[in-house]
Amino acid sequence: MTTLPDKTDKKLGLVIDLDTCVGCHACVISCKGWNTENYGAPLSDQNAYGADNSGTFLNRVHSYEVQPDTGAAQLIHFPKSCLHCEDAPCVTVCPTGASYKRVEDGIVLVNESDCIGCGLCAWACPYGARELDQAAGVMKKCTLCVDRIYNENLPEEDRQPACVRTCPSNARHFGDLSDPDSDVSKLVAERGGMDLMPEQGTKPVNKYLPPRPKDTLPDTTEEFDILAPFLAPVAEEPKGFLGWLDKTLEKL
Amino acid sequence: MNQPKLDLSPKVSDEVRKTTCYMCACRCGINVHLKDGKVAYIEGNRDHPVNQGVLCAKGSAGIMQVNAPSRLRKPLKRVGERGAGDFEEIEWDEALQIATDWLAPLRRDNPEKLAFFTGRDQSQSFTSFWAQNFGTPNYAAHGGFCSVNMAAGGIYTMGGAFWEFGQPDWDHTKLFMLFGVAEDHDSNPIKMGIGKIKKRGARIIGVNPIRTGYNAVADDWVGITPGTDGLFILSMIHCLMKAGRMDLQYLAQYTNAPVLVIDNPGAENHGLLWRDANGKELVIDRATGKPTPFDQPGVKPDLAATHVVDGKTYRPVFHHMAEMYLDDSYAPEAVADRCGIPAARIRTIAAELARTAFEEAFELDQEWTDFRGETHRTMVGRPVSFHAMRGISAHANGFQTCRALHTLQIILGTVEVPGGFRFKPPYPKPATAHPKPHCKVTPGAPLDGPHLGFVHGPDDLALKDDGSPARIDKAFTWENPMSAHGLMHMVISNAYAGDPYKIDVLFMYMANMSWNSSMNTRGVIDMLTDRDANGDYVIPKIIYSDAYSSEMVAYADLILPDTTYLERHDCISLLDRPICEADAAADAIRWPVIEPDRDVKGFQSMLCELGAKLDLPGFVNEDGSQKYADYGDYIVNHQRKPGIGPLAGFRGEKGDQAGRGEVNPDQLDKYIENGGFFVEHIPAGATYYKPWNKAYQDWAVGMGLYDSPQPYLFSLYAEPMRKFQLAAEGFGDRQPPDHLRDRIKATMSPLPIWYSSEEDNQAADFPITALTQRPMAMYHSWGSQNAWLRQLHGHNPLYLPTRLMRENNLADGDWAKVTSPHGEITVPVLEMAALNENTVWTWNAIGKRKGAWALEENAPEATRGFLLNHLIHELLPPKGDGLRWSNSDPITGQAAWFDLKVRIEKASAPAESKPGFAPIKSPVGHGPKNLTWKVGS
Repeated sequence: MTTLPDKTDKKLGLVIDLDTCVGCHACVISCKGWNTENYGAPLSDQNAYGADNSGTFLNRVHSYEVQPDTGAAQLIHFPKSCLHCEDAPCVTVCPTGASYKRVEDGIVLVNESDCIGCGLCAWACPYGARELDQAAGVMKKCTLCVDRIYNENLPEEDRQPACVRTCPSNARHFGDLSDPDSDVSKLVAERGGMDLMPEQGTKPVNKYLPPRPKDTLPDTTEEFDILAPFLAPVAEEPKGFLGWLDKTLEKL
Repeated sequence: MNQPKLDLSPKVSDEVRKTTCYMCACRCGINVHLKDGKVAYIEGNRDHPVNQGVLCAKGSAGIMQVNAPSRLRKPLKRVGERGAGDFEEIEWDEALQIATDWLAPLRRDNPEKLAFFTGRDQSQSFTSFWAQNFGTPNYAAHGGFCSVNMAAGGIYTMGGAFWEFGQPDWDHTKLFMLFGVAEDHDSNPIKMGIGKIKKRGARIIGVNPIRTGYNAVADDWVGITPGTDGLFILSMIHCLMKAGRMDLQYLAQYTNAPVLVIDNPGAENHGLLWRDANGKELVIDRATGKPTPFDQPGVKPDLAATHVVDGKTYRPVFHHMAEMYLDDSYAPEAVADRCGIPAARIRTIAAELARTAFEEAFELDQEWTDFRGETHRTMVGRPVSFHAMRGISAHANGFQTCRALHTLQIILGTVEVPGGFRFKPPYPKPATAHPKPHCKVTPGAPLDGPHLGFVHGPDDLALKDDGSPARIDKAFTWENPMSAHGLMHMVISNAYAGDPYKIDVLFMYMANMSWNSSMNTRGVIDMLTDRDANGDYVIPKIIYSDAYSSEMVAYADLILPDTTYLERHDCISLLDRPICEADAAADAIRWPVIEPDRDVKGFQSMLCELGAKLDLPGFVNEDGSQKYADYGDYIVNHQRKPGIGPLAGFRGEKGDQAGRGEVNPDQLDKYIENGGFFVEHIPAGATYYKPWNKAYQDWAVGMGLYDSPQPYLFSLYAEPMRKFQLAAEGFGDRQPPDHLRDRIKATMSPLPIWYSSEEDNQAADFPITALTQRPMAMYHSWGSQNAWLRQLHGHNPLYLPTRLMRENNLADGDWAKVTSPHGEITVPVLEMAALNENTVWTWNAIGKRKGAWALEENAPEATRGFLLNHLIHELLPPKGDGLRWSNSDPITGQAAWFDLKVRIEKASAPAESKPGFAPIKSPVGHGPKNLTWKVGS
């Protein structure tokens, strides 16, 4: 068993906008690239050019179809990585102390030199956010790019997680969710940011912004005529149209 | 608590080199981080105009592409049968000597015997220059099977199209409507734009049978029946015209809506535009009531007036439009079933377009002066913008559909205004400012001009004196007169048939013709390997250049291995397909940020050498020596016209001139210092209304984009099309063959129309449309062998709508037999609800042939992946008239990939998807089993 800090100074995390995520996987591969080359063991790939290929990823995008009661089916893109929970069950379950939550910023990390690859943490995580690297035999997870966000070798504007920096549709935001005045906290407030599976009691730091309602344009029917006046005919016959045109041009 | 001490500031890399991505056609700026001289990490370049720091999955996966085991290593000479994959490695000297020995006699005796076609080529101004100097008329890139309808439809209508031609005004638009956009072109900029306008709460309407990607995040989804976009658009035009919801001022001032059309039935000029002695289109000036050239100072063109003189009637284009589009056949109720969109929804969207364009109009406080000399105090904005791509263009009615979409945005007055669609330099550029096609062959000499261009009537067709096609692909012929990008998809089948003539050498670059880049893949494989009565290959010699072991390699006789994109020079040139923004001209370079570890040469550098060996005029000095040492040398020192070269930036002796200027020997270094690109901003006051804005026109001349100001009217009425109709009616010396007359009359309408190709594709028996799109994580990337990306999309199911799953008693993971008039495949299926109920689709080009791309033979790409290409033929099914009609747009020749009609039935699960193909031998072996990639210590 490993203990969690009573409190962290900051709650660094991600806010992911499900209304804007187009499911392009840019974040997935940018993460793979940075974290293969940086923190800890490389993210390995098995059968890289063959059948049953698989590899370690710290961030994956899933797509779900949603069928509303009325109207067309929808497709939601859902990026998922470690949510850096306040009550992280992956930490408390760790038998060696390899998994820990940082006091200063709340980032949940794995100290690979202490990790025995037992897999208990992956089993304890309700989000499936941890992956055991097959080559290194250690548990890998999102580090929130802890080696970028404070890195003095990077220009200040680049001190953010690789996935946030690369996201083309600006669907990913990084900041301190313990500070109500931070941009991410404001976004969460404005857009009704949600916890993923709150019933699990893990108190995730990362938040998801829900998709806005879809297919909301009203039909231009007689009963529902908000837009219909915009198409009121100027004339029923082509001849009448030309008469209207001439009159209208006079006024221009 | 014992927290380990972390190094929070580890060294990121030894060096960052800034170049241009080539993982797709988007051409983003990238920072390549190097450790110990090796690529450690790739990220987007924040300063770059295209991507402003962001980067897609492909871009970040570039490290796996430059290290791919499928990279070719050395020139190869075929030693076995074609298609078997038996090669021997040879030295470059020998390879180039073989190519020279094959090509030199052709150039001396008959240059047309060389067909030189390039696929994912980003150096077309260079490759066409090479082909022109060789003297063959047979050159094109891949536009004919990609999106020529989109490009040509836009250029003939308004002097530009979507994507690299222009972009929505992301900062001001309030309604963004996209048609037929898979997850494709303009990859990162579209995503960035969507993010930007969503932040502002603008509405996005997606029109696409498939609700994925951009359509998944669109506020409103229109799951249209494939191939009916044109009808839907014309119906909205009907609604808007009928309601008078048009920008009449805009139509009168900036389009040919007021231009008078000659009404002279039965005569050779019926339907042509009335022009004065100088060839200027005439309008009625409302001030004087008299016919006046459109561009006169103070003229107020009249949209309404009919002019009668000497018993002859002249009616404005706008009359013809009213007559055509007010007809009830375009009413929403008349088209709803066909389009699969309820009439009320068509009206709703038309009304929302009108509401946004006119009720939310705004003004920018920016004075500007138009080409007639009138100064406007403000710029009127109409915040509606559109974007469209291959989904609407890859149909046999695609050209007219693209024209219809532009007509819609033009009647709303939203093109080149704030909030609307904006051109990027060197566009706007009307069809008349482009070259015409050239095809005059002279043995031992260059072609008489550029191959590709824009025709303006039958006189411009690429025909020989006897009326037969001058080009092997039959571009610019009566079968497809306005084929501005050529017809790469017809080259192999025409060369095989010897129709219009036989060729001797087929030379291709980055074009996977024996697999996913051909319709009728099996048939093409047979054509590439078939022998004549003498036992010789019907297509005698094939040279192929590629960086990777693609499926096409096995079908060539000589392989000239290319470098990867990080090992080469390239220029993303204003002469070609630039990377400009609506507010700026821009271009960029690639440069060797790493050196190849193999015996390979950049394709363009190799052409500099081969061109010199062949003594091509543009490639040798006066003393006969090689003119350009390599492509980098060409990029710096080549001048298309005095002062105009491939790169616009850092010209002149001091490197301080933009656009025009003397050669600067340090130009590439300047680009590298500047992050690999160059940007020149358009002055304020010149950034909108570009086709008619004096300040823009003058700036463009200064930059060398034009030689003189080129203001013009948008062509709602496309007069060149009427000229082809007149020929089909029997007027003029150049006459089409009789069997094509009716089709030309029917399809070449000078105002956009819609027609169905369902009957041609036997939709009565094959009622389901089958589509493809490429996933965002692979779009346009060269091969899916990338170790990281193939974990995202390693095989491709066929997605079926719920209705078809139920009707065929299918469950996820079952297999179905899919049959078209041409062939059948058996493939795994998955249900998808957010899909038009008569449409099935799959990811394109995931399926690979066993043995290709250094994949193991049991890779899912080869065992479960598949291509729809097996179901598509380059010709339509026979109609019983003894003729063979091509499966393409009759106007441009664009391959009609998306007209594919099929039927579906459940099949018992085979061991692998069908059809299966025998493995080809890999010339590069297979990749490593596992990867633990880390270049730094």
